[in-house]
Amino acid sequence: MCGIAGLIHRGGNAEIGSEMTSMLQALKHRGPDSTGFALYGVPQNGDYMLRFKVAEQEDMAHGFDIHDEVKRRKAEVDLRIQSDGTKIVTEENATEYAFRYRVQFANGASEDQTKLKRLADYIEDIEGAEILSMGRGLELVKDLGDAIRVSDQYQLGTFNGTHAIGHTRMATESDVDIRSAHPYWAYPFSDIAVVHNGQLTNYWTFRRELERRGHRFMSNCDSELIAVYLADRMASGIALKEAMDLSVSELDGVFTYLVATADSLGMAKDTMAAKPMVLYESESFVGVASEEVAIRSIFRDEIDTWDPYEGEVMVWQI
Amino acid sequence: MANLGGQHKSHDMGLHQEQLSGRTQQIFFSPEESDNFVYPESFEVDFANRAEFDAGEMTIGQVNLKIRELMQAGHGHIVIKNPLAKHSLGVGILNRLNLEFEGSLGYFGCGLIDGPNVRVHGRVGWSFGENMMAGTAVVEKNAGSTFGAAIRGGDLVCKGDVGSRTGIDQKGGTIIVGGRSGAFSGFMMQRGRMIILGDAGINLGDSMYDGTIYVGGKIDSLGVDAVPAEITDLEADWLERKLSAHGLKAPNGAKNLQKIVAGKKLWNYDNLEPTEKKIVL
Repeated sequence: MCGIAGLIHRGGNAEIGSEMTSMLQALKHRGPDSTGFALYGVPQNGDYMLRFKVAEQEDMAHGFDIHDEVKRRKAEVDLRIQSDGTKIVTEENATEYAFRYRVQFANGASEDQTKLKRLADYIEDIEGAEILSMGRGLELVKDLGDAIRVSDQYQLGTFNGTHAIGHTRMATESDVDIRSAHPYWAYPFSDIAVVHNGQLTNYWTFRRELERRGHRFMSNCDSELIAVYLADRMASGIALKEAMDLSVSELDGVFTYLVATADSLGMAKDTMAAKPMVLYESESFVGVASEEVAIRSIFRDEIDTWDPYEGEVMVWQI
Repeated sequence: MANLGGQHKSHDMGLHQEQLSGRTQQIFFSPEESDNFVYPESFEVDFANRAEFDAGEMTIGQVNLKIRELMQAGHGHIVIKNPLAKHSLGVGILNRLNLEFEGSLGYFGCGLIDGPNVRVHGRVGWSFGENMMAGTAVVEKNAGSTFGAAIRGGDLVCKGDVGSRTGIDQKGGTIIVGGRSGAFSGFMMQRGRMIILGDAGINLGDSMYDGTIYVGGKIDSLGVDAVPAEITDLEADWLERKLSAHGLKAPNGAKNLQKIVAGKKLWNYDNLEPTEKKIVL
């Protein structure tokens, strides 16, 4: 089933970490397996935020030397990040296996998409390592458990920013692990993330086509395809809204998805309109979710909401 | 002849087109028997006896139980404050009752009701009024998808816009939408009437068996076997009266509503019950 939610503050920052936690906790009944957040903070000095993991949560319960192994993997990640002159400004670890780095690229290398991709590939070449997100504002956090558990674990309650998307997952077609949890980063594009509720029926057709063009898939989850699909279309020079319009006609199945970029939040619904989405929009705020109860978790007073229609694509900016 | 006249009248009023002739024509229900109108465990209530409570901090089960307790105590008018878009509120009420929600409901609100008059001063989520059997339910704002799925009777009204698949599998009663209705409205409709005063999305009335859909605005496309039909004066009168009862009006007059019925090309069943079919064959 899965639940998705998104919010954007137009013209200011707010405690989006706690807001998104409330929204996703209200959707827990739609999927208790894992919860994920894509939060957009305030960019600082052109630095990049890097979220990555070096093992799955369940790996930590297996093997005698897994604790030493994750330390070895993390040290190897550090070496590879610094190998081209990139500086690690700060580092934090919410868990033994997941990390948050602020990095500074040498000589403005971050502007070069090819170099971002090379770095991501270099890190992911380490066994168990996966970049969850890389961006100036985007920080992607996902783990097993409900929203409050993940939020507490990664201390998201005080996260300040402009917009966010999130997901509560009921695993249907792939495993219960962090790799299959949403949101998905649109590798290798910085600051783009996707959450999705539904099923894509032409997943393998598109996946093979996208792999032939050099895109990487970290899971067998059809939702990852949407992120990669949008990244691919945007790489060809078309705008986010246009790429989303294309997706409604090219992707088969029933789906509703949310996408966020550095300065935008977008929503698309398939032409069958079989997956739910409720929308609230005011001058300063937009909230979207699978159910109104999620939006009402941050608005106690009565608000006017409505369902977007079949085939509808909408994009809002901060 | 009297029966034939009655049948023509029902057809002229857009009730149904199906010509029934087997066991389904038999009368299983006698309106003369007053017991037929009251459920065995229903409560005696007084409409002048009003009660209200705040649902903000209550669970779904607590709210529904509270409604039942208040009916049991004789309250015929119950007002619920702060429903906060919770799911499945006001379901399974088989009683005379005036029920008001001062706010919005989530999914499956007021499903399986038989008899109450409900008013929601807010929005409702998916499947409001599903399987409703009798009574009136009015939503002042918008509604989600599958509004009035499989309803069998009563008046179900949304004064705003509704999502997709409105009245899917409708088996009777009247659904009224003040604004727009989304894709696949009237999908597999079997009986009853649906009035959409605004625009209708793609595939309107797809695979409908019977029943009638009226649309005041633009129809994006008709579904399989849904065809336009002429509206009669009797229907127009009925529509005017029905809409005015809920404070609504057709945008250009009821006579100018577009009428959609089943084209009967998909009808691949007959009027015989399986047992009768064996005898005939």
